[in-house]
Amino acid sequence: MQTESKLQKLLDSGHFVVTAEIGPPKHASAHGVRHHAEMMRDYVDATNITDCQTAIVRISSIATAVHVKDCGIEPIVQMTCRDRNRIAIQADLLGAYSLGLRNLLCLSGDHQKFGNHPTAKNVYDIDSIQLINAVRKMRDEKVFFCGEPIKEHEPRFFIGAVANPFADPFEFRVARLEKKIEAGAQFIQTQCIFDMERFERFMEMVRERGLHERAHILAGVTPLKSWRAAKYMQTSVSGMIVPEELVQRLKNAEDPKKEGVDICVEQIKYIKENIKGVHGVHIMAIAWEEIVPEIVQRCGLYPRPKVE
Amino acid sequence: MIIAQQKPVKDIAAMIADCKKVAFIGCAGCVAVCLAGGEKETEILASAMRIMRRLEGNPLETVTYLATRQCDPEYVVALDEVVKDVDAIVSLACGVGVQYLAERFDKWVVPALDTKFIGGSVVHGIWEEKCGLCGDCVLHKTGGICPIIRCSKSILNGPCGGSQYGKCEVSKDVDCAWQLIYDRMKKLGKLDKLLEIQPFKDWSKSRDVGPRRATREDVIIE
Repeated sequence: MQTESKLQKLLDSGHFVVTAEIGPPKHASAHGVRHHAEMMRDYVDATNITDCQTAIVRISSIATAVHVKDCGIEPIVQMTCRDRNRIAIQADLLGAYSLGLRNLLCLSGDHQKFGNHPTAKNVYDIDSIQLINAVRKMRDEKVFFCGEPIKEHEPRFFIGAVANPFADPFEFRVARLEKKIEAGAQFIQTQCIFDMERFERFMEMVRERGLHERAHILAGVTPLKSWRAAKYMQTSVSGMIVPEELVQRLKNAEDPKKEGVDICVEQIKYIKENIKGVHGVHIMAIAWEEIVPEIVQRCGLYPRPKVE
Repeated sequence: MIIAQQKPVKDIAAMIADCKKVAFIGCAGCVAVCLAGGEKETEILASAMRIMRRLEGNPLETVTYLATRQCDPEYVVALDEVVKDVDAIVSLACGVGVQYLAERFDKWVVPALDTKFIGGSVVHGIWEEKCGLCGDCVLHKTGGICPIIRCSKSILNGPCGGSQYGKCEVSKDVDCAWQLIYDRMKKLGKLDKLLEIQPFKDWSKSRDVGPRRATREDVIIE
């Protein structure tokens, strides 16, 4: 299904796309967001705007996406199921579309236990697959989640979902990805890849089921600044596998930041050249947005292609 | 059964700080089985309160009683004599029992327990939540493991991206319900069932329409 998304046009015309992530701030100024957006503008095709990631209160994904769009980058609005019931989700989706936002990434969302309001009541009225499916129906069948017709101006999002090849049960991960595609996901962004071997096995299973032909798969990468960051990811972030060699490589490096960027560049080049079925990369430079242009340049992915 | 746990003694003491005579009413139902509000717990709590108050130089008179069930009017009626001259009633029942006592008596009724969840015992002394009381059971779709209450995100199309080594992202002590569901469905040769996209849940059968009521017309006595 064709939408007005530039990201979709790029992917559909076979370009190896680059997306990055911008985390909204924990205050009411968009100054930093706009700075990051302007810095990334010519280097990425779209940026994810996280939705209160790790359940920490920040400027809303939709409001931030409008700032980012103003700066000339196409945003990908993230929508989690954690904080809103089906009524609030739809109201926000109508609002987002009315503001010119065209890409939507549907997620369940991190549990509130990890955030700054661990005693909050979560919602989880619907789950991510149900969200994907309902957003698709809004667009293709022009109905609200309840089935009532949307008389005019239905939101026509390019629909994305996430996949985590490093969570368990591993064998079921590809089946779940298929379920998301079946529900309506058109592009998939993966969790940060550090264990390339496991990702390759995951992609093998993806290709066996032909899923790479039914949705665009973007591989998630994260440049790490230090061995401590790697260790933290290895031990404290759920659903993540970080090989010990990687931690050691950062530990032994003279300039760990440079090493982190080197590793990320190597990963992107490897994925682009060796792993079939991957249609782009998603760079999650957590609190290190400034590094994105350098990574994109060093990977030979600059300048970015243009579409009408 | 309903699992409840006693509130801290000092919290209970604070609720009846200005009372001279208090009735401690236990319940022989669920809370007795989970060792929170049975006869023994009722006697121990009353005695602890008396000791505390004596040490404070402000003695407390207590009466104790074990109701067969506090969630049935016929057993609450029997308390009329027991509570007639007390300043307050401490209920050692679940939240239902506390409300039944408050409905029947024009007295200050306070809860001694926190009503936790509906579950069962794992080993003696450990209980675990098993049911989300959602009013629309899906256990036939999930291998007999409840995703509503045992998955921390109540995902019907799980597992989420935080499941690792069989554990939930919220704690290494919590089993990932979807890992359990996957393992069980695999064992039963029914993995294909998990590929079906489960529709939105009808939460109107849960508490979202206000208090629910169950009726059995055939057994109602006019």
